[in-house]
Amino acid sequence: MAIKKKSKPKTGIPTASMSDIIFMLLIFFMAATTLKTVEGLKVKLPEARSIAKLDTPKRSVLYVFIDRTGRISIQDKLMNVENVAPVIYPIRRNDNLLTISLRADQETPMGTISDVQNALRDASALKVNYSARHK
Amino acid sequence: MLGKKKRPPSEIPSSSMSDIAFLLLVFFLLVSNVDVDKGIGVVLPPPGDSEIRLNPKNITMILVNAQGDVLFNDEIVPVREIERRARELELSNPNMVFSVQTDRRTKYQDYIEVVDQLTAARVKKLALIGTQ
Repeated sequence: MAIKKKSKPKTGIPTASMSDIIFMLLIFFMAATTLKTVEGLKVKLPEARSIAKLDTPKRSVLYVFIDRTGRISIQDKLMNVENVAPVIYPIRRNDNLLTISLRADQETPMGTISDVQNALRDASALKVNYSARHK
Repeated sequence: MLGKKKRPPSEIPSSSMSDIAFLLLVFFLLVSNVDVDKGIGVVLPPPGDSEIRLNPKNITMILVNAQGDVLFNDEIVPVREIERRARELELSNPNMVFSVQTDRRTKYQDYIEVVDQLTAARVKKLALIGTQ
């Protein structure tokens, strides 16, 4: 019995399965992009020049929507000003990095904004980001 | 000279498939990152009416009324002037505290414009007193 010479393994990455892998990734991103479409209230954000990207990781950001009639929405629930602090406080206690992204309409009266800010202070959620569009 | 027509191959060409998929992949990668949150970051004062005595020399009062007019140290100034004035004050006195007060009916946009100007002037101590 002659010892058979081992056949040399093929060099090079197999390209046949490449398109399958890419298709899988493609389907994943297609699914991931359409997961969250609309959230909160319809607002027209104010315009500003010296704006910066929010540097907090996305899961530590809580969106607070205030529309021009003064309605407040947190996590897709409409609520009164009195309920803002009790809702945010437990979230703040579990997350040290919590940043509030305040998405308020241009026309919102400052009275409502100020009430919400005081509620945020009561909940110790002191890091706030005023969402704005670039002028 | 009527040659028989060559029959086209019946299968979909698979070599260009990966190119198409790559293109779509790149497109969705870019699109999924478009929605970044941008804005002006501030830190609110801690809860409770903690009264801190400040030297009046170190306070700059900025009042915004319901019409969006700005009173900067008891003087009416246009909004775009705030940045320059704030920068001068900040340079002459690094401990300067800029206090922004608004009316309850002031529009959010007017308030953001003032805060925007102060941010552009790299103000370090910003006090958001809220409404009167």
